[in-house]
Amino acid sequence: MKRFLKIAALAGAVLVAAGPSGQAAGEARHARDGGFGFANLFGSFDRASAQRGLQVYKEVCSTCHSMNLLSYRNLTEIGLSETQVQGIAATFEVTDGPNDEGAMFQRPARLSDRFRRPHPNDAAARAANNGALPPDLSVMIKARHDGANYVYSLLTGYGQEPPPGMTIGDGMNYNPYYPGGQIAMGQVLNDDQIEYTDGTTASADQMARDVTTFLAWAAEPELEARRRMGIRVLIFLGIAGVLTYLVKKKIWADLKPA
Amino acid sequence: MAMGLHNSDVKNPVLRWVDQRLPVITMMQKEYGTFPTPRNFNYFWNFGALAMINLVVMIATGIFLAMHYQPNTVMAFDSVERIMRDVNFGWLIRYIHMNGASMFFIVIYTHIWRGMYYGSYKAPRELLWMLGVTIFLLLMATAFMGYVLPWGQMSLWGAVVITNLFSAFPVVGDFIVTLLWGGFSVDNPTLNRFFALHYLMPFMIVGVVFLHIAALHITGSNNPLGVEPKGPQDTIPFHPYYTIKDTVGIVVYLMVFAVLVFFMPNYLGHPDNYIPANPLSTPAHIVPEWYFLPYYAILRAVPNKLGGVILMFASIMLWFALPWLDTSKVRSMKFRPVARFLFLLWCVSFATLMYCGGKPAEEPYVLISRLATVYYFAWFLVLLPLLGRLERPLPLPESISRAVLGIRALGAGPMPAGAAAKPMEKA
Repeated sequence: MKRFLKIAALAGAVLVAAGPSGQAAGEARHARDGGFGFANLFGSFDRASAQRGLQVYKEVCSTCHSMNLLSYRNLTEIGLSETQVQGIAATFEVTDGPNDEGAMFQRPARLSDRFRRPHPNDAAARAANNGALPPDLSVMIKARHDGANYVYSLLTGYGQEPPPGMTIGDGMNYNPYYPGGQIAMGQVLNDDQIEYTDGTTASADQMARDVTTFLAWAAEPELEARRRMGIRVLIFLGIAGVLTYLVKKKIWADLKPA
Repeated sequence: MAMGLHNSDVKNPVLRWVDQRLPVITMMQKEYGTFPTPRNFNYFWNFGALAMINLVVMIATGIFLAMHYQPNTVMAFDSVERIMRDVNFGWLIRYIHMNGASMFFIVIYTHIWRGMYYGSYKAPRELLWMLGVTIFLLLMATAFMGYVLPWGQMSLWGAVVITNLFSAFPVVGDFIVTLLWGGFSVDNPTLNRFFALHYLMPFMIVGVVFLHIAALHITGSNNPLGVEPKGPQDTIPFHPYYTIKDTVGIVVYLMVFAVLVFFMPNYLGHPDNYIPANPLSTPAHIVPEWYFLPYYAILRAVPNKLGGVILMFASIMLWFALPWLDTSKVRSMKFRPVARFLFLLWCVSFATLMYCGGKPAEEPYVLISRLATVYYFAWFLVLLPLLGRLERPLPLPESISRAVLGIRALGAGPMPAGAAAKPMEKA
């Protein structure tokens, strides 16, 4: 048993040693802890916050940022009813076709459609954004170190004085959380910029928090199911482990020196 | 008994009919049932079985992933995310496969470490060891190609860095690189052939694993004392003793695996690989997967490209020569106090290299990498060959059974030097 614990300790040590390395992202400041519930080991997504986050994405972010991996049907997972989602989808026009005459046509989006892209292609997106390409947000939270806290910090990190000696480029903005400190995206979230349908006060911090929750769900929609299954699997293995160990002891008992 | 039929002990008439014609049941009984195994294995001897399980898990999950994956630069990234989102339990299959690669290296590194510490590579197990090193090399190639498939930023740039290493070789270098790429840059043909090879190589591994196990069943297993079994009192049948002991290990292994898959599936990965590959944008730090970091550190420790590449390959190729570099007749480090200390120091140098490989190529990491690299090679090329001649090992126990059954009664502890012959004799 002692040796066995040693092996477990060794495996643990390897995991820790092998963990995130080389993430020192330029001169970027360490992200602030947003205190997100889903960041806890057994946490889940705050549905109300995710729905508000969807509203922030729809009314603010989606002007520039696509979420190509999501379909409208996915939105039922954050607690919206199918009818509600159909209503949301119908507000977007998407291109379909070709029809019987071989022509493309516009129609309201359906549940099965992917989120409408703000720009037809990357070149158009660059042209509309001063040469910078607004990244797709589908897996953004997985694509950055400490993703949720990073996005939350970035969105609330504007309006600070750049350190002395730092010159901010033309059309660029200072944000200490962005690697290099200069980001093409300007401050997009301001207090009371949108009106939340659930009556929550739309402070910049609240909106950043909500949209981060929404993006975290979008990046890892399986998170809750995964953790639920994980707990069951570990309970099963825990019991199996105790039983196997007892069986092992019983079988080996007859080998003990007399 | 008709002519030409195997003399089977199986009672069940149907199974007996089969076993007489194809004695698989007799074989399994001989190789995994009554197979005489040293009675003193510790839990480090679980890791061969664990590696076997891991290989099966990887092949099983990999086949299902291949049913949904698109090996095309335009579609690869999205097809992987589609597996995560739209394929039933796709996230589970992919996270098992992804973290299974890390688990495989945790298991295999422990397995190799055990072989080194207990001298399992020494005569008569040299070929068994070399087959193991071959499996490890195949495993590294498979893992590297697998990491390229999701076609994220680290996939692409990792592939660019690693394939470019071959260009350091004079004359044939560029030819090899073009052959690896299937063109003049890492692009769609590269992804296609990496996918084909990634699917092929696990089955090559299965083949070498078969040879590895076949060789093992000729020489029999080494054991923590490094003393060969001298008779039936030193061995126990594989079943049920080691089947159940392996099962205990498998459950613990599955628990570690489950923690990774269900609660920290991306912990060992790099976030940049969730950014779609972009040949026009180089990541700030190109870092390979954690299990390649020691060799990456060796590569970067050498100022000359060709020198770095040669040293990197040599760092593993040396393992093939280990049975001959180690001149000591004593297998287990338990009885080699000086070698034991210097070997553990070698493990520290390996861990240091792993740490430095994940850091940017700047001071102090480069200097530390160089020192660790020097020790890494000095251990194999200088210390091991010399130690066999200079070191005075502790006296070996007379036999496994004496050591295992008698050591507690007599009180453990090193025997006085020179009392080599029969130190465990009961008074």
